[in-house]
Amino acid sequence: MAIERILKDDASEEKGERARMASFVGAIAITDLVKTTLGPKGMDKILQSTGRGQEVTVTNDGATILKSLHIDNPAAKVLIDISKVQDDEVGDGTTSVVVLAGELLREAEKLVAAKIHPMTIISGYRIAAECARNALLQRVVDNKENAEKFKSDLMKIAKTTLSSKILSQDKEHFAQLAVDAVMRLKGSTNLEAIQIIKKPGGSLKDSFLDEGFILDKKIGLGQPKRIENAKILVANTAMDTDKVKIYGARVRVDSMSKVAEIEGAEKEKMREKVQKIIAHGINCFVNRQLIYNFPEELFADAGVLAIEHADFDGIERLALVTGGEIASTFDNPESVKLGHCKLIEEIMIGEDKLIHFSGVEMGQACTIVLRGASHHMLDEAERSLHDALCVLSQTVNDTRVVLGGGWPEMVMAKAVDELARQTPGKKSHAIEAFSRSLVAIPTIIADNAGLDSADLVAQLRAEHHKEGCNAGIDVISGSVGDMAELGISESFKVKQAVLLSATEAAEMILRVDEIITCAPRKREDRM
Amino acid sequence: MALAFDEYGRPFIILKEQDQKTRLRGIEAQKANISAGKAVARILRTSLGPKGMDKILQSPDGDVTITNDGATILEQMDVDNQIAKLMVELSRSQDYEIGDGTTGVVVMAGALLEQAERLLERGIHPIRVAEGYEMASRIAVEHLEHISQKFDFGTTNIEPLVQTCMTTLSSKIVNRCKRHLAEISVKAVLSVADLERKDVNLDMIKVEGKVGGKLEDTELIYGITVDKDMSHPQMPKQIEDAKIAILTCPFEPPKPKTKHKVDIDTVEKFQTLRLQEQKYFDDMVQKCKDVGATLVICQWGFDDEANHLLMHRNLPAVRWVGGVELELIAIATGGRIVPRFQELTPEKLGKAGLVREKSFGTTKDKMLYIEHCANSRAVTIFIRGGNKMMIEETKRSIHDALCVARNLIRNNSIVYGGGSAEISCSIAVEAGADKYPGVEQYAIRAFADALDSVPMALAENSGLQPIETLSAVKSQQIKENYPHYGIDCNDVGTNDMRQQDVFETLIGKQQQILLATQVVKMILKIDDVISPSDY
Repeated sequence: MAIERILKDDASEEKGERARMASFVGAIAITDLVKTTLGPKGMDKILQSTGRGQEVTVTNDGATILKSLHIDNPAAKVLIDISKVQDDEVGDGTTSVVVLAGELLREAEKLVAAKIHPMTIISGYRIAAECARNALLQRVVDNKENAEKFKSDLMKIAKTTLSSKILSQDKEHFAQLAVDAVMRLKGSTNLEAIQIIKKPGGSLKDSFLDEGFILDKKIGLGQPKRIENAKILVANTAMDTDKVKIYGARVRVDSMSKVAEIEGAEKEKMREKVQKIIAHGINCFVNRQLIYNFPEELFADAGVLAIEHADFDGIERLALVTGGEIASTFDNPESVKLGHCKLIEEIMIGEDKLIHFSGVEMGQACTIVLRGASHHMLDEAERSLHDALCVLSQTVNDTRVVLGGGWPEMVMAKAVDELARQTPGKKSHAIEAFSRSLVAIPTIIADNAGLDSADLVAQLRAEHHKEGCNAGIDVISGSVGDMAELGISESFKVKQAVLLSATEAAEMILRVDEIITCAPRKREDRM
Repeated sequence: MALAFDEYGRPFIILKEQDQKTRLRGIEAQKANISAGKAVARILRTSLGPKGMDKILQSPDGDVTITNDGATILEQMDVDNQIAKLMVELSRSQDYEIGDGTTGVVVMAGALLEQAERLLERGIHPIRVAEGYEMASRIAVEHLEHISQKFDFGTTNIEPLVQTCMTTLSSKIVNRCKRHLAEISVKAVLSVADLERKDVNLDMIKVEGKVGGKLEDTELIYGITVDKDMSHPQMPKQIEDAKIAILTCPFEPPKPKTKHKVDIDTVEKFQTLRLQEQKYFDDMVQKCKDVGATLVICQWGFDDEANHLLMHRNLPAVRWVGGVELELIAIATGGRIVPRFQELTPEKLGKAGLVREKSFGTTKDKMLYIEHCANSRAVTIFIRGGNKMMIEETKRSIHDALCVARNLIRNNSIVYGGGSAEISCSIAVEAGADKYPGVEQYAIRAFADALDSVPMALAENSGLQPIETLSAVKSQQIKENYPHYGIDCNDVGTNDMRQQDVFETLIGKQQQILLATQVVKMILKIDDVISPSDY
């Protein structure tokens, strides 16, 4: 009697070796895809969306690339997920984490072929990851006490992060921008407070950090274009027609004159509201919702600058910057906190008019204006800057720093290698394999830069045999260099997250011995 | 043929539209059923034990689940075969009843079916087989009781509980920090347990997960976390000694349920209505303030105006909190859920020592922690992990561990794991078989063989020689008359499970055997499968 099908039609089941093969192949394919973007000489990818307009994105940000891919392989999905988490959690190292996980699996594949049980490999990897983390912990530098030194650490990290991106030409400039912006946050990780405005035109060098706040809006007609010592009321209220909110209320009249009366009453109500707002003693009013012509006119008459339809983030940021509160009722003018700033004026960037608030009370928020030749360029610049900002804000909280340029990987590899020699049993093969995977990262960096990786990595390994060595790959000169002198640093938090989540992901994929794919849900044909 | 004849020889049809249905009868039906059941068991067999492997399951929408929890695998497998569905049900009922051992029960059932097939080939009637199994299961369950041990634990001595949870967790991907998670689970269960009545309400334990961080960061919060933030960005992010008003009415204009219309036909009416509306908002906020609340948690949304008034009166608020969470908050803080503003009184407020908002990572994710509650009986386990699948799997593992801890509080008898209980039962059943005259004896022996399949699978998954290891352990048990020898899965060097501290709960094991026997009996009794053929 033949076994009947247990699963539904179209569902598939892969077992044992085949399942393992499928997940290895998927994971390694993903790794090879993003591998070439690693390091300062990594290449970019063009992504074309299948949606309307076939939008094009040029990027070398691992998370962005992986997010846009449509993948069917479940193991590959795991890798994409870790890259996404890395992006959410620390912001940078999205490529490294995938590459490391892929390399771990590549080594694991060889071990499985040599008849070592996946569980043995996993336990070896676990020991190795723990050892690598400890090795790195011993070599971290923490300059929390010394503000001057810490700032220079931040600068170095920013430069290192930016050097692999499109901004590498002006990394000095942007590193300074990013560090300044993050220092203003004073330890908070809320990057929402840093606004990035993109305006095509000019060159990347023309980008600047503005200490005040820039709102991408126009000033209403007939209202003052420049206000000194502004008092600002930030509001979220309906300024179109102030509806009666009681449910079921409706207007029912029996003659035209009554309509006119009620219309008059409505107008009166709006006028009153505007009066109340003006009674706060303000000269600038920013609302999240629309402001209709009638109230706008009233504001103009009173000499108050009214800005309508500022988006929600804009309102929140503005409230944060000016120290005002977001108001929705206006009956108690004495207790509403108003925002203050020295000067509001309309400025021109490129062809667009923007409203600029300067001399604000609380310096927590700031605006970075990016200029560049094309939209793609600006998008990529924003992503790069975002990465840098994320890393910096995380570093401010966890001030431990390590060197970059393949140095941490070599330090970890050395420690793991030593551990492998001391470990009896089959696990030692897995530990050794872990160390090989770590070395793969400097190898890839060198390869991407067109250097002789075999030679460089061998030199590097020899250098690292000495105690307290700072050697890493200097991609610019193409040789082994002292990373401390070159000022290449990375955040410890990023490195640790890369190490741990890559190991976790590799472990997860290794444990699998069966893949069951359900039948894809039938989509109804909608015309 | 489903065609019968009446006394005049006229045919009449029993089965409607018979040609459109496929039908299997007699021994053929039994064999088909058995092979389907076996096929399901075979899938799960490799997931058993500490060295068991995981499965990747891809759902119809393309989402990926990685797990080795038997119940989850079967649930998501989307099986089509009727008998296979029975096996899925079997695993699910073990999950509902006990929470752990969902893989073991299916493997056990598969083994029983396999043995039954052989007996059927010898010509033994399926009902006789089923009866034999029934007798054997009774022997096994009694024997389990006999070899089980009671152990003592209290709120201070939680070590035995932790050890048992660790046994459960060791087969999951989280075994890297099983100690940590086991302790969390036990503490969580103990803090909600009613030791007098030996009852645990697992609903009081909330398991939340958030991607990011590492598994070691998983923590137990004596309080509640809510995946929400303050309704107004400028409200305080931390409130000490909070008095919480828990509301199920929105800060919005009233919406009577009956249909009505308010007609506005004069200017005066328009204005009075407007004034009323403003007063209404003011009243709502004032009422909350009057009873002394320092935090408002609401199930519904706020109007912009109300929101600002709350902010203005320095009354932080949280909106759109789900019903379940609201209930938990009410239990934890000792407050009452208030459906109308008029009914707010100071006694109905909940109290919490600390309420704070915490943000995660680089995105705008925020969560609200309500801690040091008046009634600390509701707790939250907050899981962190490298990726989404990891979090999901950890949640399932924690659930298993919680269930095990609960079962122990209900009944503090344990048996030793690592297959030792099964081997010991197998010996007992084998010995008991000889006492029964008749055909059932064969079935009872077969049952003993089936019991061996669990340790066999354990040994196989651990990379040991299954037959050699099993026979060695078995002879050791008989020779020394010591039922706690099992399979040494982790290569520790001893196969005394007592020394290895590998425990399982007695009721879990008993339930496994009973449920597996029941399902197998059911499958064996089927002799006709009628199903609509494909169209």
